[in-house]
Amino acid sequence: MLLKANRLRELVLGPVLMLLSLASAGAAAAGDKVNESWQVNMQPGATEIGQSIYDLHMLIFWICVVIGALVFGVMFYSIFYHRKSRGVTPSTFHESTKAEIAWTVVPFLILIGMAVPATSTLLEIYDFDDADMDVLVTGYQWKWKYEYLNENGENVAFFSNLRTPQGEIYNATDKGEHYLLEVDEPMVIPVDTKVRFLVTANDVIHSFWVPELAVKKDAIPGFINETWTKANVEGIYRGQCAELCGKEHGFMPIVVNVVSKEEYAGWLETKKVEAAEIRGLMAQTFTMDELMTRGKSVYERNCLACHGANGEGGVGTAIAGSTVAMGEVAGHLEIGINGVPGSAMQAFGGQINDVEMAAVITYQRNAFGNNMGDMIQPIDVYNHKKG
Amino acid sequence: MGAHHHGPAKGLSRWLFTTNHKDIGTMYLWFSFSMFILGGAFAMITRAELFQPGMQLINPAFFNQMTTLHGLIMVFGAIMPSFVGLANWMIPMMIGAPDMALPRMNNWSFWILPPAFLILASTLFMEGGAPNFGWTFYAPLSTTYAPPSVTYFIFSIHVLGLSSIMGSINIIATVMNMRAPGMTYMKMPLFVWTWLITAFLLVAVMPVLAGAVTMMLMDIHFGTSFFSAAGGGDPVLFQHIFWFFGHPEVYIIILPAFGVVSQIIPAFARKPLFGYDSMVYATAAIAFLSFVVWAHHMYTVGMPVAGELFFMYATMLIAVPTGVKVFNWVTTMWRGSMTFETPMLFCIGFLVLFTIGGFTGLMLSIAPADFQYHDSYFVVAHFHYVMVAGAVFSMSAAVYYWLPKWCGRMYNEAMGKTHFWISFVGFNIAFFPQHFVGLAGMPRRIPDYALQFADFNMISSIGAFIYGASQILFLYNVVATIVAGKPTSDAKTWEGAEGLEWTVATPAPYHTFETPPQVR
Repeated sequence: MLLKANRLRELVLGPVLMLLSLASAGAAAAGDKVNESWQVNMQPGATEIGQSIYDLHMLIFWICVVIGALVFGVMFYSIFYHRKSRGVTPSTFHESTKAEIAWTVVPFLILIGMAVPATSTLLEIYDFDDADMDVLVTGYQWKWKYEYLNENGENVAFFSNLRTPQGEIYNATDKGEHYLLEVDEPMVIPVDTKVRFLVTANDVIHSFWVPELAVKKDAIPGFINETWTKANVEGIYRGQCAELCGKEHGFMPIVVNVVSKEEYAGWLETKKVEAAEIRGLMAQTFTMDELMTRGKSVYERNCLACHGANGEGGVGTAIAGSTVAMGEVAGHLEIGINGVPGSAMQAFGGQINDVEMAAVITYQRNAFGNNMGDMIQPIDVYNHKKG
Repeated sequence: MGAHHHGPAKGLSRWLFTTNHKDIGTMYLWFSFSMFILGGAFAMITRAELFQPGMQLINPAFFNQMTTLHGLIMVFGAIMPSFVGLANWMIPMMIGAPDMALPRMNNWSFWILPPAFLILASTLFMEGGAPNFGWTFYAPLSTTYAPPSVTYFIFSIHVLGLSSIMGSINIIATVMNMRAPGMTYMKMPLFVWTWLITAFLLVAVMPVLAGAVTMMLMDIHFGTSFFSAAGGGDPVLFQHIFWFFGHPEVYIIILPAFGVVSQIIPAFARKPLFGYDSMVYATAAIAFLSFVVWAHHMYTVGMPVAGELFFMYATMLIAVPTGVKVFNWVTTMWRGSMTFETPMLFCIGFLVLFTIGGFTGLMLSIAPADFQYHDSYFVVAHFHYVMVAGAVFSMSAAVYYWLPKWCGRMYNEAMGKTHFWISFVGFNIAFFPQHFVGLAGMPRRIPDYALQFADFNMISSIGAFIYGASQILFLYNVVATIVAGKPTSDAKTWEGAEGLEWTVATPAPYHTFETPPQVR
């Protein structure tokens, strides 16, 4: 991504490029394209609302361009012709009520012209009625939880974490195509369906933003906000948390996979089966190797950001050699499940399942040189939760 | 002049105990410039990290501390005190007063500032680091989830708020009571007018900010739940209170800048300011509107649609008085006899860039479109166009314009113009591309970004370094002028300059207008 000499030309042409792309934009995006690095304008995206917002944006933009051209035109004419070096004697006029009235009234009328389409688009956005399905979106530090609400109570819920490896972020390996905009498990929604998002947060304020779905709504702890989208093109749409939410604010992307209705139904079915399988695993007893393998991946998704790749600590305390990881199992489980109130250590009991909890606690007790040698099984987690 | 007229005391006590408006103004200006350099250094660190995708120089936690301190220091440490310094120097001289109305309080309002910022800067060395929740410090990130240093941050906000309130009371008292005979309100220079209105805004909203941080303090240490839903409070309440302060705050920053530009453009156009009365009314209208538009910073928090519409319409209205101002400035230039010394260049730069910032402001006011712009780099670009190109450019113009009057020496014009052009070009390279990445979907306040934003971010960083470096030239030029500039004793440095400050000797004596002038 180094600035290359042959790109300097484009650099100089930045504003021109912008105008060109404005002229050519308009085609709806489709598929999982990688956005171009010289993109200079908003995209209409994959929804009707997105198209309305884009049209509004362009309308205001061109009005500003015209007004700007007039004002700057007059100003630069004056700068070139009304200069002392050309021997001009200054005029002395300094007021005109007519002019003042004119340039109060005319802009006011232009504003009314802008307010009309703005109001109608806003009312469309605020029409939350008749949604075909609801997804509860919960912001966590620093991941998203998606919960598909179902009238029968058979909700499908999962967390969506950043998938980009630490090695790419810290420049140990080459960065992938979707650097920082990839997750372990994307949200999946059907095409041509009005999907209502109920947006909230678990800790601090986050903001759920997917530009191409024309959705941005703050996720506020203790309150539920509504917003919706209706994608008319299948594809993968990527966004990010838009409200500063702490250390990893830049590392909690949103990926929404818009698929056909049939594919969506199949996916939902698979998720339900998976949930049943996990319930089956709860009763199982694992070997040390199995726990360590599962534990490592759970650790990397949930713990690493704060506790470090080698348990060395960071925002969180060090796990390597810690009194918790090398102390009583019950105490360790307690912190993993219920967190440490008043600190950044969250209660993970509701975020990861008992198998994952058993595995990650086992991992923390045996990795990073802790070598405690003990194993925790899902049943232990279950019992601890029951008290 | 009798023998009882004393000059400045010698040594440190001159500055510590001074009640002279010029000395205090000078201290404000130097203090704000040092804060400008510090806040700028923090910005350079963030731009260096953002030079390439991936984390190279600092970690995300420190990045957040840098963006937070950059914002806080620039707003409260650099821009606001710089205009207070300018007010101290110029208002008494412009209205024919011997000094500020409350000189001892004047001393106090300056001297509590350095400790406040020392406390704020010291948080960098505290356990858990400096404040890391952005200069807007939204709860609960700034309360329940804040580092322990937040308490020091709250204290320093209280102290600098106190300083601002005292400074404003002083300005109001001075302007209302100490105008020379014949100087009616509608004869006051526009800089005095804009500052009078600014001072009222400050007195109105700084207590609101104090209230917000006090509620934070209560939430953190005394078990209240103003901003915690779990205890029956509301995190969004914080934003309403903050922006009720915060929106007038941005006009507090820009109105004195309008005043400066309204002084300088007529001087170099050699033609009176066009539409003086309408300028005054427009300023008052902007100040009034600033109290009823705060929630346009919060379009995405989930307000009811009626609220969105009200704040959208009210915000769009601001374009009218702001437009009047721009049209008046351009008409002042029209058929003048212009020359383009450094102060004029900075004013023209202000006019062009502030207008662009105004346009993007208008775009941002459109609530449905703001759903896409909000919290993206488009917003970052917008407010740097109005804050940097607005406030900082006009401040640079003011320094060049009045420096000969202050120190009796002329600055190096070629170096001044070079400073302008490097600033202008660097600024635009830094901030224009931020419109692009913002529209393309890059959120603000992120330490690392997707590859599609890489090229523009690199350009932006290069521009920021250029802009930053140009300020070193500024510092050098000012110091060189004070130390060894070409001496000048012309009372009127600029051919077209008007106003009482140009009737006193150059350099301005320690005490001016001990006998009030008669204004006709």
